[in-house]
Amino acid sequence: MKTVLAATAALALLGGAAAAQTTLRIGLAEDPDILDPTLARTYVGRIVFASLCDKLFDIDESLNVVPQLALSHETSADGKAVTIRLRPGVKFHDGEPLDAEAAKYSLERHLNMPGSFRKPEIAALDHVDVVDPLTIRLVLKTPFSPLIAQLTDRSGMMVSPKAAKEAGDKFGLKPVCAGPYRFVERVQQDRMVMEKFQDYWNKDNIHIDRIVYLPIVDATVRLANVKSGGLELIERVLATDIKDVRSDPRLKLSTALELGYQGIDINVGNGERAKNPLGSSAKVRQALSLAIDRDALNQVVFNGEFMPGNQWVSPEHPYFQKSFPVPKRDVAKAKALMKEAGVTAPFEVDFMVPKGAETQAVAEVIQAMAAEIGINLKIRVTEFATSLKQAEGGEYQAYLLAWSGRTDPDGNAYIFHKCKAPQDYPGYCNGEADRLLDEARVVADLPARKAIYEKLTKIILDDVPKLYLYHRRVLIAHTARLDGYRQMPDGLVRVVGLKLK
Amino acid sequence: MLAFLSKRLLQLVPTLFFVSVIIFTLQQLLPGDPALVMAGEERDPEVIEQIRKQYRLDQPIPIQYVYWVKGVLSGDLGESMRIKVKVRDLVAEKLPVTIQLACMAIVIALSIGITAGVIAAVFKDSVWDYAANVFALWGRSTPTFWLGIMLIFLFSVELGWLPASGYVRPSEDFWGSIASTIMPAFVLGNVGAAVLMRHTRGAMLDALQSDYVRTARAKGLLERVVVLKHAMRNALTPVITLGALELGELLSGAVLTEQIFSIPGFGKLIVDSVFNRDYAVVQGVVLVTATVYILLNLIADIAYVLVNPRLRG
Repeated sequence: MKTVLAATAALALLGGAAAAQTTLRIGLAEDPDILDPTLARTYVGRIVFASLCDKLFDIDESLNVVPQLALSHETSADGKAVTIRLRPGVKFHDGEPLDAEAAKYSLERHLNMPGSFRKPEIAALDHVDVVDPLTIRLVLKTPFSPLIAQLTDRSGMMVSPKAAKEAGDKFGLKPVCAGPYRFVERVQQDRMVMEKFQDYWNKDNIHIDRIVYLPIVDATVRLANVKSGGLELIERVLATDIKDVRSDPRLKLSTALELGYQGIDINVGNGERAKNPLGSSAKVRQALSLAIDRDALNQVVFNGEFMPGNQWVSPEHPYFQKSFPVPKRDVAKAKALMKEAGVTAPFEVDFMVPKGAETQAVAEVIQAMAAEIGINLKIRVTEFATSLKQAEGGEYQAYLLAWSGRTDPDGNAYIFHKCKAPQDYPGYCNGEADRLLDEARVVADLPARKAIYEKLTKIILDDVPKLYLYHRRVLIAHTARLDGYRQMPDGLVRVVGLKLK
Repeated sequence: MLAFLSKRLLQLVPTLFFVSVIIFTLQQLLPGDPALVMAGEERDPEVIEQIRKQYRLDQPIPIQYVYWVKGVLSGDLGESMRIKVKVRDLVAEKLPVTIQLACMAIVIALSIGITAGVIAAVFKDSVWDYAANVFALWGRSTPTFWLGIMLIFLFSVELGWLPASGYVRPSEDFWGSIASTIMPAFVLGNVGAAVLMRHTRGAMLDALQSDYVRTARAKGLLERVVVLKHAMRNALTPVITLGALELGELLSGAVLTEQIFSIPGFGKLIVDSVFNRDYAVVQGVVLVTATVYILLNLIADIAYVLVNPRLRG
């Protein structure tokens, strides 16, 4: 009898402890791919990493680089060596220390592991030297100014060398990093469970015991979950649901302007399909840009919640070129340009649009506006994977495409505008643009770099291989019980400092 | 019987071979390049090349097929390119979820369908009959995604009775599991219920006009006994067969329902894999599904033979 009583008491105590545990349930728009910082490639995966894997550096709301696992960095005068001081006393989830050797291992793993998606991001890195137990030196092949910005994302994530060596390419099934939460379990397409890491270097700022990530694809169902209390936070709220979230006293909306952009690729030199009035004449492309009322587009499709744009960074970004403001609609000037170009309007343009409620609505509004100057956009709604293949093969004339954005402007410009770069779907090649893109990678000083980008912006706005339209807001809805949530422009859900009331 | 069985089992070999060829060929027809999808937003050419090599996407299709079949024969369905998990493990994890959902849905479909069908037949041309018919029409014509979202808003957001989405394993929490699957099971069962109701009504009307029912009534039996014991028992045999067929339908119907309610089952697995061009998973899942159908067919054939020995030749 005594044993039974003791067991009951113990169970009651356990029950009490379990009840006091706080859990933050986060609804994701997709199921992430593998949770290995070296092999991961999805945006949604980065949201999960934010609780699991700390990085050498992070960004703040104004896009400044701030220390995380590193304390400081210093670039040599020739730009070919970066010395990084590491935070002392940091441990991985398996108790192994994060020292210079571990940091060297992580960076070289990103650089050399077969199938690494980080390799292109840090390709300028030649090798890593251990200076002392808490200092590393990154030796570069050529100066590369976006490097530190790269280390604020997955390339800067540190993994436990012991766990990584043991698991090989299966490391992502049970990742061991140095973030505030450690990995507990993952049921594919169902949930990912993390629990508070007791030895975290900043543990005094961790107030929630568990985090559960639940992929829920349908935005309406995600919203229903957070409204019904089934989730505490959801990402990627639809712009059309903003009103609904704001009117609900149980919910709060956190937003930030995205790092990326939405635009239209125009096939100017990618195969036979480029041979059409839009692809052949920069004047016609400029006319199309002037025919689009970006403000109206934002009002009609997104209730005015997003921000019209005309460059690869938003008007709020430090690298936005104020000398090229977002143009107002000017149909008369657009028609004049069409006349100057000597094209016979109206003519048809094949407009490939990836499937999605919002993308289709955007395409229809643009279609109506373009028709007024005689450009008849024929919308072709295409499943995303298929559209990528067709864009690469030049099987399109105009292609509505989004980019989630990178902290450094290089990440938004280089691979799109450099001749034959991976995402040069328009087939755009301009020697001067290429030279400026390369030059901006070497110069580290902001005003000097901005001046280089100003010249590049002028070229791109004249040639219009890509027509920039608007910048979305990162939209996060969470319960009013969640305290301390701040949204950063990269869209990630940071968990340090969060409290559940 | 042994001869029959071995003959049928032998026939399985070419059938499965053709199924495997069809699965593989159809998949190649999918537009889009898996390496391009896998290569992330940056789509770096070096990374794309590496993926092609790693997953033998650079080899001719017949060679890829041979590698796949070799793996399948040794019990290895391959590995997911996206999440690096064995397809075999994924199948073992997801199949029970969809089976649970389909079983709950068929119970719902049978209970609603048969009850409504019997009531409609017994009270033919009455308000009850019309009500049951309207119900059947509604069930058949309501889009599942719409019904799903409406149920979520009613039972989760407004009333707060049920979780809006997600799945709990019965081994973790039995009632929690029922609560997490009852709405999707209803949405799935609703369509089947409508079909079963129409069939039950027809079969019951025939039975109620038959000679043996007239005889039973002439004997002075209670109407309740006539309906439930004599007419219904005979009318239900074809309906139960139809129910078994519906079960197969439900397995495939689960694709949309699982997507709405975020149930991590077979349907969701296949949809996600197709969109991510995760070929190994698509191939594995379709092959397993096809094998299950073929085996069920075989079991049905054997059952027929057991009942009717004339078919053994």
